This record gives sequence, C-alpha cells and structure tokens, in this order.
Amino acid sequence: MRAALTQPGWWRALFFTVIAGAFGFGLVIGLRAISGLDLFQTEQTGYPHIVVPAITAPLGFLVGIGCFDYWFRWASGAPTQPEDHSWHGATSWKDYFQVNTDHKVIGIQYIVTTFFFFFVGGLIAMMMRAELAQPGTQIVDPATFNGLFSTHAALMIFVFVIPVFAGIANYVLPLMIGAPDMAFPRLNALSFWMLPVAGVLFLCSYIVPGGAFDAGWTGYAPLSTGAPLGQSFFNLGVQFAGASSVATALNFLVTIITMRAPGMNFWRMPLLVWANLSTSLLVVAATPFIAGVQFMVLFDRLLHTNFFQAAYGGDVISYQHIFWFYSHPAVYIMMLPGFGIVSEVISTHSRKPIFGYRLMALALLGIVVLSYSVWAHHMFVAGMFSWLRVPMMITTLLIAVPTGIKIFSWLGTLFYGKIHLKSTSMLFALGFIVTFTIGGISGVMLGMIPLDIHVSDTYFIVAHIHFVLFGGSVFTIFAGIYHWFPKITGRMYDEKLGRIHFYLTLAGMLGTFVPMHWIGMEGMPRRVADYAAEFGGWNLEISIASFILGAAQLVFLYNMIVSWRFGPKAPSNPWRAKTIEWQVSSPPPIFNFDEIPRVVGGPYEYGVPGARHVIMPGESSELREPERSGVGAPT
Amino acid sequence: MAPRMKGLPLARIFAAIVVLTVVMSFIMLIPNWDGEQASTAAPKIDELLDVMIVLSSFVFSIVMVMLTYALWRWRAKPGDEGDGEPIHGNTRLEIAWTTIPTVIVLFAAAYSWTVLDKIETEDADRMPITAIGQQYEWHFDYPDQGVTSEELHVVTDQQIEVSMRALDVLHSFWVPEWRIKRDAVPGAPGASIDDDFVVTPDKAGAFSLICTELCGIGHATMRAPVVVESQAEFNKWVRTQDPLPKDSAAAASEVAPQ
Repeated sequence: MRAALTQPGWWRALFFTVIAGAFGFGLVIGLRAISGLDLFQTEQTGYPHIVVPAITAPLGFLVGIGCFDYWFRWASGAPTQPEDHSWHGATSWKDYFQVNTDHKVIGIQYIVTTFFFFFVGGLIAMMMRAELAQPGTQIVDPATFNGLFSTHAALMIFVFVIPVFAGIANYVLPLMIGAPDMAFPRLNALSFWMLPVAGVLFLCSYIVPGGAFDAGWTGYAPLSTGAPLGQSFFNLGVQFAGASSVATALNFLVTIITMRAPGMNFWRMPLLVWANLSTSLLVVAATPFIAGVQFMVLFDRLLHTNFFQAAYGGDVISYQHIFWFYSHPAVYIMMLPGFGIVSEVISTHSRKPIFGYRLMALALLGIVVLSYSVWAHHMFVAGMFSWLRVPMMITTLLIAVPTGIKIFSWLGTLFYGKIHLKSTSMLFALGFIVTFTIGGISGVMLGMIPLDIHVSDTYFIVAHIHFVLFGGSVFTIFAGIYHWFPKITGRMYDEKLGRIHFYLTLAGMLGTFVPMHWIGMEGMPRRVADYAAEFGGWNLEISIASFILGAAQLVFLYNMIVSWRFGPKAPSNPWRAKTIEWQVSSPPPIFNFDEIPRVVGGPYEYGVPGARHVIMPGESSELREPERSGVGAPT
Repeated sequence: MAPRMKGLPLARIFAAIVVLTVVMSFIMLIPNWDGEQASTAAPKIDELLDVMIVLSSFVFSIVMVMLTYALWRWRAKPGDEGDGEPIHGNTRLEIAWTTIPTVIVLFAAAYSWTVLDKIETEDADRMPITAIGQQYEWHFDYPDQGVTSEELHVVTDQQIEVSMRALDVLHSFWVPEWRIKRDAVPGAPGASIDDDFVVTPDKAGAFSLICTELCGIGHATMRAPVVVESQAEFNKWVRTQDPLPKDSAAAASEVAPQ
C-alpha cells in the first residue's frame, strides 16, 4: 500500500487528487472563516469552495500520476532516477495508462483520448439534432440545449481537433525527420496528461449546480461572467487544454528546428513537418490570448475584477477582440496540420512529387502571417469601431489566396500521376478537397461585410464552420488515421469497411450541412432550441442525415478496434512512400533508429530516376548518393 | 521540368468548366435564397450574393473539373506499381494561380465596399429610434415622438437610425427581410463602440425582429413584432403608445460620450 502511494501511478494520482482537492477546499473555507465570512458562498458565479479545488485537484492528479517526479528530484538536488526509460515505450496495454516519455506511446495516448471525446461530443450533437428534428421543445429544455451546444463545441475544438493533430504529429513527426524522440519527452508527457484533465473538467460542469456551461464555446461576456458555476469549469478546462497546446507547440518547434536528421534542410522537410512548424508558430503566440481572456472572465466571476462589466467601467467588446485574436488563428491551428496530412497522402497515392512544393510551404507561412490580421471579421456586426471592418475584410479575402494555392497544387499533383483509390486515406483526402473548397467559398462570402451582416449568427455560420471543421479538419484527421494506421499499430485495417465509412460520412456530411446554408440565409438563427415552423422540413432532413453521419462513425470505431487486434500484419511500407517513417518497421522500434539516417534528397521523389530521400543505417553507402535533388534543384 | 501541357485537351477542359459554371449558376440563381426583400439594402445585398454565386460556381467548377478529369485520366491501372511523371511544378502556372485569385478577391472586396457604403448612406431626415434589448424582450424608444413601445413601428420609405442599447447581456437586432443586423452592447452609449445603423424599410407589412446573439435560456423566443406602415397609420399608432419616461435609455443616449 505504501509503495502504491509513493510510486507514480493511478493509486498515487487518486490519493494526490483527493489531498489536493481537500487542500483547496480547506484553504477557501479556512480563509473565509478567519475573515468572518459565510463559509460557503453560493452565488451562481461564486462557489470558491468548488472552483479552487477544481484548480488544485487536477494539479494533484498530474503530480500523482508522475508527470513531475523527475523534475522535482532534479530541482531538489535529490538523485534523479537514472535515465528513466523504464517508462519509455510500451510492452503491454497497461503502459498506455502511465506517464510515458516515448513519443509513439504519447501519440497513441493522444489519439485514443481525443477520439473518446470525439464520440462524446458526437453523442451530444445527436441529442441536439434529436431536439431540433421538430419545431418546439420535445426532448430537452432550452437551458439544457444551451449546455449541449456549448459542450459539444468545447469538446470538439479543445479536446478533439486541436490535440488529435498534435497526437498524429507526435507519433509521425519525429520519425519523419529522423529523430529518436521529441526534444523534451517529459514535457511531452505532461502535455498529454493535461488533456484528459481539460476534457473531464468540461464534462464535470454537467454535475455541478446550474448545469453545464451554456454561453457557447465563444463564452461571450457578459453572459459568461454572469453564468452559473459550470462556466468556471469551461474557463479552467481551457487553461489546461491551452497549456497542453503551448507546451506541445514549443516541443514541436525545438524538435523540428534542432533535431532533423543530417541532410534534411528546410527544403527537404516533408510538408507535414512544414505544416506543424507553421501550426506551432500560431499556437505559441496566439494561445496565451485565450488563456488570458478566460482568466479575465474567471476573475470577473469570482473576484469582481470588472474587466467586462460595463456598469463598472469595463469594456464588453474587448472580450471579443481578445477571444478572436486567438480563435481566428485557432481555425488555422485546426487546419494547417490537416493540409500537411493531405499533402503526404495525395503525393503517396498518386505516385507523384508534390506540385509546387516550395510554394506550398510558403503558402503555409503566408497563412500564419495573415491569420493574425483577420480576427475582427467575426465582429462585423458586433458594434466595434466601424473603420476596422474594411481592412479586416481585405485581409480575410486575401487569405483565400494561399489556401487556393494549396488546393490547386494538390490538383496539380494528381495530374500525370498514377492515382490509387484503394486506400481510404486517399478517399478522405480527395473528399476533403471538395468539401473544403465549399467551406472556403462560404468563408469568402462571410468575409464580405454586406453578406456577413445578413447571415452572421445564423445557420449559415453553422454550415460554414462544419464545412471547414468537419469537411476540412475531420476529413484530414481520418485521412491521417487511415494513412498511418499500419505504421502505428503494425496491422492493416479493412479497406472495405473504410470505404463504407468514407461514403456514409461524405453523404451524411453533405446531407447535414448543405441545407444549413439555406435555412440560415432564409432566417433561422443559430443556437436556438426552438425555431419557426417554416424551417421544420429541412431540420428534419438535417437530423436524419446527421444520424447517418453519426452511425457511420461506428463503422470506423469497429474497423479500428477489430483491425488493431486482429488485422493482418502490416509491412513496413504498405503505401510504398518515400518519407523516413516508412523505412522503419511497423510499429517502429522503441528508439526509432539504431543509427540516425542520412537525408539525401527531397521527400517526394516519385518517378525521379535514381533519386532518394534517405539512406537508412545499414544500407550500403556505396549506393548512389545523388547530390541533385528534384526539390531544391532548379526546375 | 516543364509539364507537357500540350498533351492536355485544354479547350475541352475549359469548355467543361464554362458549362458547369453556367449550369450551376443558372440553378443556384433561381431560388430567392435570402427570402422576401423589404428594405432598400436588401436588393443590393442580394445582388452581391448573386455575383458571388456566379464567381463561386466558377471556382468550384475549376476544382471539380480538374479533380474529375485527373481521376478519370490518370487512375492507375490494376497492377501498375509504377510512379507518375516526376513533375515538381511549373513556375508560370503557380504565378497564375496566385495572381488570378488575388485579383478576384480584391474585386470582391472592392465591390463589397461599395455595397457597404450604399447601404450605410444616411438620409438627412432619418427618424431616430432606440432599440433596447434585455433578457428576453425588446422595447423601442422614439425620442422625436416622445413614446415608447414593445413593437417596432416604422414608416414605409422613411429611413430610420437605430441606436442599440442592452441592459444586461449582448443581444442582436435582425430583421431578415431588411438584411440588417447589429449587436446591442451593454455600456455607455458611443463610448467605445459603434452602436447605431441606418435602414430604409420600403415594403409595408408585418415582420419579426429576431435576437441573434445568444443571451440565455429565452434567446430562441426573444422576438418583437415589426410593422412597416404609412405615415398616417404610424401617426395614429404613435398616439396610442405610452409616453417616454424621463430616465429611459433614450434619455441616457443624450449623455456625451466619455
């Protein structure tokens, strides 16, 4: 028993969670007692005796599970455990439930955890669509409904789309650049363990007085500053998810900049690496803004700081400026890694070099720069200074240019290729080109102020965000999962089930989100449990299509679980790709490479006679090592 | 390496793009997407939408035709394990698909700007109204007429200037038939925000004002009746309304910005 409480693990995590929670609770009660206040403050924006433990208990959990052991020992001068690779790599399923410093283990932990929240968020969406199938309120009351769409979006954005990309990159990226691991493996582990904390905090809001947070994922003040207790759980959950993102992004930046294999200059990096470099630049600079603004809301709620209380000199609209200064770059944080995945998949399955590789990389950086200058297009009708609208409209429309470059370059990659459609990942990548183009077009329309004035805050917006986040991000996530499934699990998945999953998802997606444009333009606002009877027909159709979309994901779940356990063994390079991760076994050895490989050319040298991307250790270095490289050499 | 564009039936591809653009535009221009038009802004915004439908159809057609053609022409034969042609790019083509979209979006921005200017042009004789939102109802102060009401009555072809006020949280004013929307923000009027807009209703009838900014549990049903009527009917209606109390939000709007 004593060992269980001194060794890192779940028993100690449980113990420390309780101790830290009790400490937070006691601290609040004690301070209130000696201040002569009522012990329990139960205004709906208050409850310090619950909010403070909601901060301390997760920290206790992170310490207990073992994220800090090495650092604490080192900082206190105690002997550190010799390079603790006892926690590196996994030999049984139990190792995935512990702090582990192997990027491959962490990648799987990320992907499985985030998909858990994807399914929870999806179920919540199904409940919303059940309610919306008919006008009037049948299944949930408006208060519950507001909680449903708020938690749906928070889970999908903060603990699914953003971190699942970090998970995929965690697994693939170090292999791709020929590195033995990430630059900071312990920080990497901490990044992962903060994620379930964030998701659990979001979900815990359902069981506290007042119910789940219900001010939307945008949490606009002053609705959020006056909302029931659940809102504080949103504020705190965002802190953990945000800290996780920032730490991971720093890790990626250092890994990409300093740990590339010899010979891999910037122009020899696969586009997935470029994409994660760009994304990480966005995350480190933008995410502190949402962390800050959620703290401001929390302080307004608990400490009456009045940042956003107009009656006390606060400025209501500044919330939206700070929030969108993060949350617009966030849509690219949720899209750029997907661009990287699609580039890998399309190049591999059309057996062709990426068309215009350098422009593709530069387009990513162009998006990074431009995305900081467009946030106010979310606020064209918010009542901000009107002069800010036109400049933001111009930058917003200009960002379509680098995005268009990427679409055309993927299409250019297909031309003169040998296109294989047997892989589900390729189907999702091509489907993505169609659905993301539609989402991009509606995005340009929304960027135009007069059109935005009419459709802002209507179902047109709901349609647009789902075309870019589902038709965009989620399609690329599926493409990535199918593409690297053999590498990650060492097994092949079932292509037939994959195709069923793809076509049902595509049909369900179009059936759900296309008509939302129409009812939005015609006058249906978003975030309503009840609506005018004239929209009943389309809403019923949307609900039915959404249930198909939901059911299709069960096919995916079945395919993944069964194939992981029983699928045929995967060869090391089933897609005959050129990048480094495919040159090692499936799954890769515990430290990735016995000896670091040497990169000698571009990553997509399909069809170039004699060209190679990499020379693996053990391969005869007598092999021709061409100095020429298709990419990088003058074309 | 130069791509062998010569091998491509460029004329036929271009023709397919044009045909698809025309067909898509034609079909998508038939429905009246935004519903009834009841303000002078509505036809201008709808015209902008129509132009965007044609432009978007063109862009979407390019993508679909290129994608379909590539899949039809270069689908790998069963058993063919070879590679495609090692084409790494084409500088001229890449410059083209950077500059042409830039020109298109700049045109869209310029056109939007002119439409925005037109719909925001203020008439000298506009009638001021203060729209006040609070959970979960609207009321409207008429400073010139000295009345207040829970219905929004306006005169056909008479421009109104609506000042937005919120007493608790954010709300938003939307009459879909007018195509106009603006948030109501709690705070000192005019202090740091741009809280009024103009609109000229040009069609008599009864409409509905919809709150479009999430404001709490009553958000979905926070609506107010809107009546557009003749000057005579409006004058008659004004006489039946309550007088404006001295300390109303409209009076507060007289306070100079801080």
